[in-house]
Amino acid sequence: MMMRLDNLAFGHRGVPIGSKMNLSVHAGEVLAILGPNGAGKTTLFRTILGLQRPLAGHVHVDDTDLSLCSRSEVAARIAYVPQAHGALFPFRALDIVIMGRAGRLAAFRQPGRRDRDLALAAMERLGIRSLADRPYTEISGGERQLVLIARALAQEARFLVLDEPTASLDYGHQFQVLEQIRLLASSGKGVVLSTHNPDHAFFVADRAALMAGGAILDIGEPRRVLTPAALRSVFGIDVVVGRIAGSAHPTCAPARVGGPSGD
Amino acid sequence: MSPSGETGMERPAIMRSAAAYGLAALVLLVVVIVALSVGKYPVRPETTFSILWQGIAGTTTDVDPTLGNVIWNVRLPRVMAGLCIGAVLAAAGASYQGVFRNPLVSPDILGVSAGASLGAVFGIFLSLPVLAIQVLSFLGGLFALAVVYAVGLAVRGRDPVLTLVLAGMAIAALLAAGISLVKILADPYDQLPAITYWLLGSLASVTNADLVLVVPSFVLGVAVLHLLRWRINLLSLGDDEARALGVETRLLRPALIAAATLITSAAVSISGVIGWIGLVIPHMARMLVGPDFRVLLPASLFLGAAFLVVIDTVARTASTVEVPLGILTAVIGAPFFLALLATGRGGWS
Repeated sequence: MMMRLDNLAFGHRGVPIGSKMNLSVHAGEVLAILGPNGAGKTTLFRTILGLQRPLAGHVHVDDTDLSLCSRSEVAARIAYVPQAHGALFPFRALDIVIMGRAGRLAAFRQPGRRDRDLALAAMERLGIRSLADRPYTEISGGERQLVLIARALAQEARFLVLDEPTASLDYGHQFQVLEQIRLLASSGKGVVLSTHNPDHAFFVADRAALMAGGAILDIGEPRRVLTPAALRSVFGIDVVVGRIAGSAHPTCAPARVGGPSGD
Repeated sequence: MSPSGETGMERPAIMRSAAAYGLAALVLLVVVIVALSVGKYPVRPETTFSILWQGIAGTTTDVDPTLGNVIWNVRLPRVMAGLCIGAVLAAAGASYQGVFRNPLVSPDILGVSAGASLGAVFGIFLSLPVLAIQVLSFLGGLFALAVVYAVGLAVRGRDPVLTLVLAGMAIAALLAAGISLVKILADPYDQLPAITYWLLGSLASVTNADLVLVVPSFVLGVAVLHLLRWRINLLSLGDDEARALGVETRLLRPALIAAATLITSAAVSISGVIGWIGLVIPHMARMLVGPDFRVLLPASLFLGAAFLVVIDTVARTASTVEVPLGILTAVIGAPFFLALLATGRGGWS
């Protein structure tokens, strides 16, 4: 199973942000895309999901060209996890997860017992079964993010696209969510996510891509791609990358003298 | 949790919903019997019940035929109209709130009522038959909504909710000017009173024939909303998310809007403008049963039906002169809405 972008050009109203993009994501791997605001990550994701038309090129999942697919056919292949948001109405968390079944149900059908069981199983898998009856509007940001990931699981798509899944979360929840993403990849899902934090890429990703000005500057193993020089050229800040004793992953820290120093 | 635990959880839920439907039906029946019994010619509720029962069973009887006439031919058409119109206005309001992702929208605020009014007033002005007035009313409602929606789409980079509400107010004001123009041009002895009375909303002049004409529209519109009731939940997530979940929003949204506009316009074409029901009843229903449209739709239908029959009964019995419905619903609806706003108990965030 593989998701592939062939010569993809994307942008708004005919004005390209990026073009000639080639990229592939395999089932079972996590690709983290890093880039400054305005690099075109969100537009790229929207184009992958078919929410806006490619200006040129194609998105394939295996041999299927997604531009020829209906919404439900796309949803059966790629699931979208938006940033944890407030819902307009206080649906129960379980009801939000069941909404992941929409693409599998004919227009006039209501979700049934099987859909409910699948939704509960997805919540169980993420360890949030106990939230099922809580109103979505009253749980924390991290819990909401997990609910939205559970919804993507209930959708039963092989690939997941997550738009900054850690952006609005507190420190603990950030890594809790990333750990779950890692587990999903181990179970065979292909994951593309965007993040602003190199540490998150080190923590979760098999490959990292640096994106700026609508183009992928470099892609590969995170330790090879996310070097101080590369991060400096993309984010405009001097950083050091190294391993703190006891940590399994490298850590990125600013080199610049900021506030009070520990020395 | 064990599978048996699962079924153990589900059974009370089913019984609860069956009990809720039963209770709602009972409340509605009581409301209808009381509404049929009170008035200038009071009838005892049990007599009303037996008159109805004998009418349905076909056994004729010992009861005073005048009483039978009052119940069957005078009050029942009006009560039936109240049931239908209250139900559909509330259902339309709940649908608009989900479809437009905005708990403040209602047929009134989106200009649908004003558009439907202008259509219908124009029809009265041209002395058209009821069916033609209905068609004009429907087209007027749809047209107003299309303009408001187009403005909402065209104005980007602003709070879309605010844009929609403000656009609706502006278009409604413009349409009201059109209504005023028709009123000036109308025959002051014949058409103008009809138009004025009609604009304030009333069930007094609704006949069985009117009702028979609009009921197919009601059934069609509510059936569409009912079939798509779960998908309205999905639309309330917003376009991108709903589409990513596999929903063809570009078909679903227009279908729902057309259905809600059909029933609103059909209601307005026989009863005139009865404001506030489409805004206030869905909020009450949401407080009672939560936001899931699968239960919110039936709850809104029930509450809207009961509410309008009660209000209409007050309208025709409270004083010697009949109070127009639009005035009563505003007197009840506006304070309720302000209280909702102040306490934040809207069931939405």
